[in-house]
Amino acid sequence: MLAAVGSRAVGLVEGFGDVGYFLADTVRALPDVRTWGTRTLQQMRRLGVDSLPIALFIAAFTGITLALLANNVFTATVPVYLVGTLVGKTIMMELGPVLTGLALAGRVGANIAAELGTMKVTEQVDALETLAYNPYSYLVIPRVLAGFVMFPVVVVFAMAMGVFTGWVAATTLLPITNAQFVRGLQLFFLPFDVQYGLIKSASFGLVITFIGCFLGMGTRGGAEGVGAATTRTVVYSAEMILVLDAFWAVVLLRHP
Amino acid sequence: MIAFSELHKAFEANRVLEGFTLEVRDGETMVIIGYSGTGKSVALKHVVGLLEPDAGHVEVDGQIVSELRRPQLTALRATIGYVFQFAALFDSLTVFENVALGLRRLQDLDEDEIAQRVREALRLVDLPRAEPHMPSELSGGMRKRVGLARAIALRPKYILYDEPTTGLDPVTSAVIDQLMVRTREALGVTSIVITHDMRSAYTVGDRIAMLYQGRVQQVGTVEEIKATEDPVVRQFIEGRPDGRAVVRASIGDAGRAAALEGGET
Repeated sequence: MLAAVGSRAVGLVEGFGDVGYFLADTVRALPDVRTWGTRTLQQMRRLGVDSLPIALFIAAFTGITLALLANNVFTATVPVYLVGTLVGKTIMMELGPVLTGLALAGRVGANIAAELGTMKVTEQVDALETLAYNPYSYLVIPRVLAGFVMFPVVVVFAMAMGVFTGWVAATTLLPITNAQFVRGLQLFFLPFDVQYGLIKSASFGLVITFIGCFLGMGTRGGAEGVGAATTRTVVYSAEMILVLDAFWAVVLLRHP
Repeated sequence: MIAFSELHKAFEANRVLEGFTLEVRDGETMVIIGYSGTGKSVALKHVVGLLEPDAGHVEVDGQIVSELRRPQLTALRATIGYVFQFAALFDSLTVFENVALGLRRLQDLDEDEIAQRVREALRLVDLPRAEPHMPSELSGGMRKRVGLARAIALRPKYILYDEPTTGLDPVTSAVIDQLMVRTREALGVTSIVITHDMRSAYTVGDRIAMLYQGRVQQVGTVEEIKATEDPVVRQFIEGRPDGRAVVRASIGDAGRAAALEGGET
């Protein structure tokens, strides 16, 4: 029993050590701008633009549901224009970033882990090294930077889509006028709402791509190893999104 | 010159190399033979710094590889072409881009010069029209030839071949052997070839070394190896299942490795 606990503790410490080494190698590769510069633009297109359809799809239905849910919850004592408030605040501050992040953990994180894992087990990463490329500047930095920059961009579009479908649902399916919805939307709106959502999104992008790269580059074995790395990436990314969500709430929403 | 000196390497409890020592002279083709899982590829990866030795060292042109810092290692790698067992072509790049990748990094060439060098390398491996194709569209033999083209495009001083004919039919294997001989004649390179294929070893090799239980069992010219009286080497080159050799069929780690001991010959 004690031995098992000890073994797990050692494994955990080793795991943190590996992450530390990986991070240090990534930072050391940063001066190699010649390699990661152009590849980052390619990855921004892949990670960002290609992720838009799924992000917009999720946001569209979230907006509709939120509007109907708000109307259902608010009773006669609550003014109906607050439907607009709830849709706006919730989409911008919480559901836009978090649901998009969770979807992209599956789409982007799994894709990175599978791609790099396959490259690792088929010796493509070794081949890069023999051609004098640093795999961190060629493979890791472009993906992590692209995630950090493009996740907030994708989330901005998701926010706009969520608010738009919420407005359409409210004004067509509910007894709410356009003026009432817009009034509610504007009433408690602060630029901070958007900033808060974007800060969270950037952190999700950074963490999802980093986990995908770390587990992908650490893949051992064949197809089974690639599958395991992919699954772990999705699970760890989803967990980290929820942890970061709570972290940013504690740091940025705890008003004095 | 490439020199392996008392090289030791273990993966957890699995001791792969135990004092591997071998000298590869300039201009020669050294073939390293040995059973599967005995560390031939592991030894080769030390030459380009893909693995670090636990003890001992590999010296290339007087430089100890494991002591080089990244810029020096990059300069060394520019002089070495590496042909991987399964070619290790980049799936997302065309054949042209695969061959051009090292040129873009290691040599100060403009796009026209790069295109010319790529075409030249592909011509040398008899694949002049493969440029626009993706690796997934190629057969196993063609992929290996593109891997060879990628290595020779750099006009290296050394070429390392990791099981270049494994998994190929006899005719395609013979074509690859011819290409290795032709490459040596055209570029005057020093080569190390890892193989199990004795026909290939006799065709391309100047000298042959047998790696057995982490060390060199015997090294000699093709004729010396053919005439050897060492029972372990004889058993291997004749491909006999019964003999003195202890065959460790590596299946991932030493704990699970099966030790199958043959009888006396």
